[in-house]
Amino acid sequence: MKRKGIIISLISVLTTALIIYNCSGGGSSSNFSDAASKVYVAPGSYDEFYAFMSGGFSGQVGVYGLPSGRLFKEIAVFSQDPETGYGYSEESKAMLMTSYGFIPWDDAHHPSLSMTNGEQDGRWLFINGNNTPRIARIDLRSFETEEIIETPNSGGNHASPFVTENTEYVVASTRFSIPIINKDVPINTYKENFGGTISFISVDKNSGKMNLAFQIIVPGFNYDLARPGKGPSHGWAFFTSYNSEQANTLLEINASQNDKDFIAAVNWKKAEEYVKQGKAKTMDAEYYRNYYDEEKQMAYSEVNKKVLVLDPKECPGMIYYLPTPKSPHGVDVDPSGEFIAAGGKLATVIPVHSFSKMLKAIDEKKFDGEISGIPILKYDAVIAGEVQDPGLGPLHTEFDGEGYGYTSAFISSEIVKWKIGTWEVVDRIPTYYSIGHLMIPGGDTKKPWGKYVIALNKITKDRYLPTGPELTQSAQLIDISGDKMKLLLDFPTTGEPHYAQAIPADILMKNSKKIYELEKNKNPWAVKSEKETRVERNGNVVRVYLSASRSHFKPDNIEGVKVGDKVYFHVTNLEQDWDIPHGFTVKGLNNSELLIMPGQTKSILWEPKQVGVYPFYCTDFCSALHQEMSGYIRVSPANSNVQISYNK
Amino acid sequence: MKSKSKYLMMGASLILLLVFLFPIWNIDLDAPQYPEGIGLRIWANKMTGAKEFDLKNLNGLNHYIGMKPIEPDTIQELKYMPFIIAFFIGSGLLVSFLNRKFIVVWIALLLIIMSVGLYDFYMWGYDYGHNLNPNAPIKVPGMTYQPPVIGTRKLLNITATSLPGIGSFIIFLSASLATVSFIIDKRGIEKK
Repeated sequence: MKRKGIIISLISVLTTALIIYNCSGGGSSSNFSDAASKVYVAPGSYDEFYAFMSGGFSGQVGVYGLPSGRLFKEIAVFSQDPETGYGYSEESKAMLMTSYGFIPWDDAHHPSLSMTNGEQDGRWLFINGNNTPRIARIDLRSFETEEIIETPNSGGNHASPFVTENTEYVVASTRFSIPIINKDVPINTYKENFGGTISFISVDKNSGKMNLAFQIIVPGFNYDLARPGKGPSHGWAFFTSYNSEQANTLLEINASQNDKDFIAAVNWKKAEEYVKQGKAKTMDAEYYRNYYDEEKQMAYSEVNKKVLVLDPKECPGMIYYLPTPKSPHGVDVDPSGEFIAAGGKLATVIPVHSFSKMLKAIDEKKFDGEISGIPILKYDAVIAGEVQDPGLGPLHTEFDGEGYGYTSAFISSEIVKWKIGTWEVVDRIPTYYSIGHLMIPGGDTKKPWGKYVIALNKITKDRYLPTGPELTQSAQLIDISGDKMKLLLDFPTTGEPHYAQAIPADILMKNSKKIYELEKNKNPWAVKSEKETRVERNGNVVRVYLSASRSHFKPDNIEGVKVGDKVYFHVTNLEQDWDIPHGFTVKGLNNSELLIMPGQTKSILWEPKQVGVYPFYCTDFCSALHQEMSGYIRVSPANSNVQISYNK
Repeated sequence: MKSKSKYLMMGASLILLLVFLFPIWNIDLDAPQYPEGIGLRIWANKMTGAKEFDLKNLNGLNHYIGMKPIEPDTIQELKYMPFIIAFFIGSGLLVSFLNRKFIVVWIALLLIIMSVGLYDFYMWGYDYGHNLNPNAPIKVPGMTYQPPVIGTRKLLNITATSLPGIGSFIIFLSASLATVSFIIDKRGIEKK
């Protein structure tokens, strides 16, 4: 009897344990059966959002679909792309020119969509190059990089290129302070010699053309992230800074000493007035602006030699410091434009400043001293509230438009949801692992689309099939439509995804270009028909004007090229049909292939070094007779008498 | 002619002006790689693609089977057609002031010209579909590529559907209006 009782109770305990085990799931797939249907985009159906994710150290931008997490395209921005010829072709090389020469790479961080009235307008995507300070503009009809502007007087462009309410400006600032103008000084003279700048780059509202409007000289801290204001705070922009200690070595310790660093609040409308009044000094500088002319299908570089610089000492009321705990990283403005949340990465709270309190404090001169002409506002006079227990290492905040902020916490690997106004944490969800930025579609605008938050993680460890020491980067899609956040999907991303942006698909897809019109192709090396194809020699430069159409090149037999020649292949894709690119390469090409869209011309330089006959061919499986789409080019000795000839 | 009848006949003539605004015949091709569709539009005075670059793309595809490129400038019929339509508009207006018997002649003439047009269209399609370049990359023994005049035909991976366009329906409407004009004029006489 007793034994029976023990057995029964043992069985019941085991059963209960089993039930509990099954319910907790331990990440079992049964937990996600409901999630699967939320991220499943049936074959032939479209995703709801385009997501643009920074490629981080790949220097590019990834275009993904949400909620599926499928990768559609990598847009070549700061890095050469041997797939398309970007940065290799004669037409695109100029895009990567800087005052330091040709730079084939950068560290891309923060995609930022253009806005009108504080809402996404789907015209352009901007992204910063952190290493060699640059900002790129991508056209969202062609999904191609159209312009890259360098910022002078900067040691690294991190707090960039966040967009003002009507895309009046994209901002930039120096992550690392350096001597301004840069010069040869001992590094330990940091405090005397080093300075920072905050830059405002204007964007032409019709063409998108960028222009460095003015820079503001600021104390030599590290400027980290930024957000322009919106609504009532439109006309202002906020920049976090760390290393107010002005350390020049072992920053991890020496720049973590002060209790509070600063958010610089810049009144850019006031700055504009000072520029108009002639308060800006013209400083010598050298910086490139590279732009792609879509009609000529050619990139050009323009070198600028002057920059307008404002000094806060001479421009009262233009800039204030908001004390903010412990080396703040992100600074994010809520959809109403009133609240400014800071991610004090070593802080135990999320401080949220009030814009209206800030204006009042400025009015009442509630200052706590000043640095280089920049008044420091009293913390208590500007703070709206502190979110307590926000996780460890809070970095960035996005908003859902329903009255909640979502903050990423790097050290405790989680997203924390808190209520604007009461500042209480209402929900939290773990991320896998070490989340950096997070993104809600439109979560940085006046009109967030809500629905999802994406966690952009730095570490993946055991989340995917291992691929040797280098593992994939990752994003996680989390449903925020209910009271509780719910993890729906993990998906790998290319490069380290820093920040991302997402926009409803229907805003962009209707404008997406299908072809380039051949008639409008003004490339100087274009051929409009096979009749115009030819080969010309001028000294040791041979230009091959080649046409590509299904399934042949014209001409496809070329002779008379000699060792030591510079051979330019100018290839025009004569097609005007959707999704019919042609590729081009020749054996032994010390350069990249070309991928040429319908109606487009691209050119690549080939310098043959050995005598022989070299095949060239189409690299993009274009048609049933793609394998036949090939030709030969004969290379003769340098002293040969073989004349240029080709089949017509 | 009674005034109601006269206005109807005038309407039958003037409505033909609209033929210039719409395609007379549509050929639409459906292929796995063309989810967006690709097609030809035959107008009174021109031949175009259904979309901007369809004609160019069709010619590009057709070279694989050795079809001649379609060059609208070389098609003589497109040069006469506007004059023929203009003739029917002018003569129709004239007829509305004449004896009703002329209506019959006008309708008969219109139907004859339409039939000749259709036959000509058939012959044009026959020529393009049969006279193929013997060196074409794709040769399927016994295969010809004549599109149907009306209806659907499978041509390798392409399903071709050929149907009258709005222009044809306008011509049909014109002939119908003329017929009604003829009939009610007759009734008018009987009532007298």
